[in-house]
Order: sequence, then C-alpha cells, then structure tokens
Amino acid sequence: MFGAKGTGDTSGYGGLVRKASTAGSSERPYGGYFDDVADDLERAYPDFSDAIERVVVDRGEITLHVKREKLVEVALILRDKLKFEMCMGVNGVHYPEQTGRELHAVYPLLSMTKNQRIRLEVSVADGDAHIPSLVEVWAGNNWHERETFDMFGIIFDGHPGLTRILMPDDWEGHPQRKDYALGGIAVEYKGATIPAPSERRSYK
Amino acid sequence: MTTFDPYAPSRDTTEGKVFSVTGGDWDALVQDIGATKEERVVVNMGPQHPSTHGVLRLVLELEGETVTEARCGIGYLHTGIEKNMEYRNWTQGTTFVTRMDYLGPLHNETAYCLAVEKLLGITDDVPERASVIRVMMMELNRISSHMVALGTGALELGAMGPMFFAFRDRETVLEIFEMITGLRMNMAYIRPGGVQQDLPEGALTKIRDGVKLMRKNFKDNATLLIGNSIWMKRTQGIGYLDLAGCTTLGITGPVLRSTGMPWDLRKVQPYCGYENYTFDVVTADTCDVYGRFLIRMNELEQSLRIIEQCVVKLDKLEGAPVMVADKKIAWPAQLAMGGDGLGNSLDHIRQIMGTSMESLIHHFKLVTEGFHVPAGQAYVAIESPRGELGASVVSDGGTRPYRVHFREPSFNNLQATAAMSEGGMVADIIGAVASIDPVMGGVDR
Repeated sequence: MFGAKGTGDTSGYGGLVRKASTAGSSERPYGGYFDDVADDLERAYPDFSDAIERVVVDRGEITLHVKREKLVEVALILRDKLKFEMCMGVNGVHYPEQTGRELHAVYPLLSMTKNQRIRLEVSVADGDAHIPSLVEVWAGNNWHERETFDMFGIIFDGHPGLTRILMPDDWEGHPQRKDYALGGIAVEYKGATIPAPSERRSYK
Repeated sequence: MTTFDPYAPSRDTTEGKVFSVTGGDWDALVQDIGATKEERVVVNMGPQHPSTHGVLRLVLELEGETVTEARCGIGYLHTGIEKNMEYRNWTQGTTFVTRMDYLGPLHNETAYCLAVEKLLGITDDVPERASVIRVMMMELNRISSHMVALGTGALELGAMGPMFFAFRDRETVLEIFEMITGLRMNMAYIRPGGVQQDLPEGALTKIRDGVKLMRKNFKDNATLLIGNSIWMKRTQGIGYLDLAGCTTLGITGPVLRSTGMPWDLRKVQPYCGYENYTFDVVTADTCDVYGRFLIRMNELEQSLRIIEQCVVKLDKLEGAPVMVADKKIAWPAQLAMGGDGLGNSLDHIRQIMGTSMESLIHHFKLVTEGFHVPAGQAYVAIESPRGELGASVVSDGGTRPYRVHFREPSFNNLQATAAMSEGGMVADIIGAVASIDPVMGGVDR
C-alpha cells in the first residue's frame, strides 16, 4: 500500500543506502517561456550544443546542465544577453552512485526584467571537484560558494577567498556529503564522554 | 604604557599590539592606543556585542573613525538543520525548517511545504481554506518580524522607546499565534498538504480585535521616529546601496525595494493565492537606512490589509477542509482538547484502536515511515520579511528528503555589509547592518 522497500527500517538511522535518480533529457517543446529561453541562448551563444549537456524540464522548472569549462561563458551570456541579472546562489547535492559525476552544483537564476527563473546545474567527479567560480559574474555568489565548499568540498577555482564559512576553520571533512555520518562527534562533558548519536543503541 | 588596566589588557603580537576591551574605563585604552602612533586599527566587534544583531562578528579596519574594510564572521549558530532533515521524514522537516529564521518561522515552513507539494504534484489540491490560513499567518508573522527589525534597529542606534512599542505590538501577534498553533514561535504549523489543524473557536474575533489594536498602536512608533531629527541624522544617507549593487549581490526584500524597485514575489510571482488580495508593494527611492525603515513601517499597514481580507474569506470558508483530501499524504492530526491537554481526538482513537485495523496500520505507517515523494528537484521562492526565501528540495523517491537547501535572504543580504559601510563612519555600520535585518539563525542554519 505504501510501497515500502528495503529493510523496513523506519527509524531513519539504519545507515543511508539510497539511490537518487535524476530525470532524463526533455524533448521540445518545453512549454511556457522555456522554449524562448533555450532559443535565445542558442542564438546568443554559438557553442550552445557543446556547452549544454542536456535540458531537463520537470515540474514546471527548466534545468540546463552545463559543462563546467563553459560555465562562466554561459553565465555571462545569460546575465548580459538574456537578462538573468540575479543568481540566487549555489547549493550542492551529493549523488555518490553517479560515478564520475558525484557532486552537483545547482544555481537558481532569476530575471527580474522578464520575470523568469531557470536553473543551471554542473556536475563533477568526486576526485576532481573543481568548478570555475561565478563571483566575477554575480558577486553575491561569494558566500554561497564558500558554503558549498564548506559542506561538499567543491573547489570553486578563481574564488577570491575560498575558506570555510559555517564550520570552524580547522574542521575535517565536508558535513553534507552522503558519506559523512550524522553527528559523528563525541561530546565531552565534565570528563564523561557521550557517544555520538550514530553510535547510540537507540539509533542503530 | 600606563598602569595595568584589568578591563583593557594588552599584549604584543607579530601583527602589532593587541588590546582586549571588556568594558570599564576607556581612558587608559585611549592613552595606550595614542602611544602606538598607528592610524590604522583593526577592531573585532562581536560575536556577542549588543549592537551586532545576534551572534554576528564584524572585523573592521579603521582609519580614525572611518571604516576602510568590513568583514563578517558567521557560523556561530550553525546547527546542521539541512543535514538533519535528511534523516527525518518529510513532515518532520517542518519542525526543523521553522527553526532556521526564527523570526519568520511560518515563512520557512510555507516555503518548504510549497516545495514538497510541488514535488508531490499536489499544489492545486491544497484546500483554499488552508492557503488563506497560510497567507494570514505569514502576514501576521511579517508584522512580528518587522516589529523586531524596527525595535532592535532603533535600540541599536540608541533609541529605547521604539523597542518597547514594537515588542508590545509583537506581543499581540504572538498571542494570536499561541492561540492558533499552541506556540509563540517554531510552530511547525504549516504541513505538507495544508496546515496542522483548523483555527480554534474565537480565533477570528481575536484577530479582528488584534488588527484594530495594532492599527492604532503602530502610530506610536511612527510618531516617535518619522521626522525625529536624531533618527533622521542617524539613518538618512547611511548604508547606501543602489539597484546595481543589489542585483550583483543578489539582494532582495526591503533593501532592494529601497532602491525604488517594486520587486515583491507576492505580486510578481504569486503563491498561496496572493493574486487574490489587494495590497500595495511599498518602495522608497533613497537607497538608505531611512528608506528601508519607512518600507518596513508601511508594510505593516499592507499586512494588516491582507489579514483583514483573509478574515473575510475565512468567515465564508467556515468548516472547509484545511488538509488535502489524499489520505496517503494528509497527516492524521485529528486533534482535540482533552482533560490532559491537546492530543488525538477521542473519535480518531476510537476508530484506529476499536473499529478499524486498517486505519491503525495506516496511521502507524504514515506517522513512523511517512509518505513517499516522487524523485526530482524543486525550487520554490517566497517573499519572507527579509527577501527571497528559496527552498531547494531534492527527493530520491523515498520517505525522507534527499537534500534540502534554503536560500536564506539573511545569509545572502549580509554580504552587503561591506558595500554599505566601507568608507563610512564606524557608528553607521550598526545602522547599516540593522537595516539589512539579518537573523543569524537563518544565516547559519
């Protein structure tokens, strides 16, 4: 009835073995203003077919999957020619089972002139987690890129000062990756050591 | 070097002489700094300084009293909410997100629930009464949030009176919240599919009275501050940031509207049925702290107008459902007040425990495991009191979020601190930060 699969563990602490699937490419017509955005970008940017790996339209949102080498070029065209003046930051998503493209960076863009929203997505391999920084294009991405670096370990090349922003400077690991356990830090209180949540019996 | 001062000890480092100021007599400190013959001073303000609007740390480089460089240190309130949500089911997520921006809990919940509903594909199935209640609660929340912004902003600039008035009026809103949700903040009241429970008896009367009272009371702060020569001198022309600065920095909310840009997501990209309400987008064209202050003052009245329209709508929708009809999603929260407080209603307990085994299984599965959300990602943005609050939600098809990220307006807008205050006086940085209205719970999440 509810479609439960797997171990039937309902506590949520049985370890995160989960597979996320991402939607495949969408076919034209995309619907709404999405076709216009794609057409305008194709016209304004000759390398379109090379730079845009695929276009996904899902739940009324359009996502352009961009090759990382072309990200800055595409961003500049989108900002200057297609009037996407604002970038709403960047956030990471970790898909460990997508070998070769484990780490995704997602950029929601907003055009106030045309009242439109699109999304850019860049995926890189875990061992080579470098993405060019967009701080030169949208200065407001500065802190967002620092946060994504802090949480996922994605290195934004060309960022003016890529340091941790939320976690302490000497922190080890990147907490929002899927291979990072929840609360794996032993708490010490007046000599007594309290095991981390993931080590407690009730959560196992 | 004068005699040892316990309030301002000093030590030599490779960077130069470091003074730790903890209070007391400043004379010794001033003498000592005078002796160093350095014009350039680096001041560390916060993270627990009463005028830094929460646990914000400001590192300021000063030449005399002029700020040449301002940097923010954040992260003191980081609680790992986004990570924690991946270990709880979708409905439990509201309990987490409500604690992010603690002055706008209902906005956080709504943004999150709208994103989950978008993934579920039930956006159009949310009952009208639930949407109206959401709008009403969000507008009440906008008032209480702006009240803190105005009150603490004035306090930080040295005006005590506005704080008293602001918190008096905020109390009116919090009492309404307490009556409807049981809590004054962090309510987890808005749930995927609707709201947790219907309004209690007498709520609309209380809201009507509250609106009347607030409309009268709001005049107090307006009388106190608008045209007040000290207030004008502390705010006019301070913290300047124009439209170009706002767009490149991704600034939204009152700061963007203070540049004359009428950008309000409630108007331009309506959600929850905002297109059915009459209200104005408030702007100013001064790009300064005063403009942002006026916008917040005037938005109070606009929120009251929306609340009044909500009350009229709710009167007509009396008895209509407040949760989606789909029992696979609707949280079984048939609550009722019993002798020992609020709990599951006796009717519901009688049904699941006494008459229907299937209902019991259903209740158990839904509460412990939760509902499945089809795989995919969604981004939903709403207009929080501080600007665009965006919820990026990714599902892998399971009963728990795969990834949730909040694009927090406070986090983003705080980046404007340097642009607003470099080249200005050190005293004005306080006004500039206050006009951004950052909530550190939202900044650090």
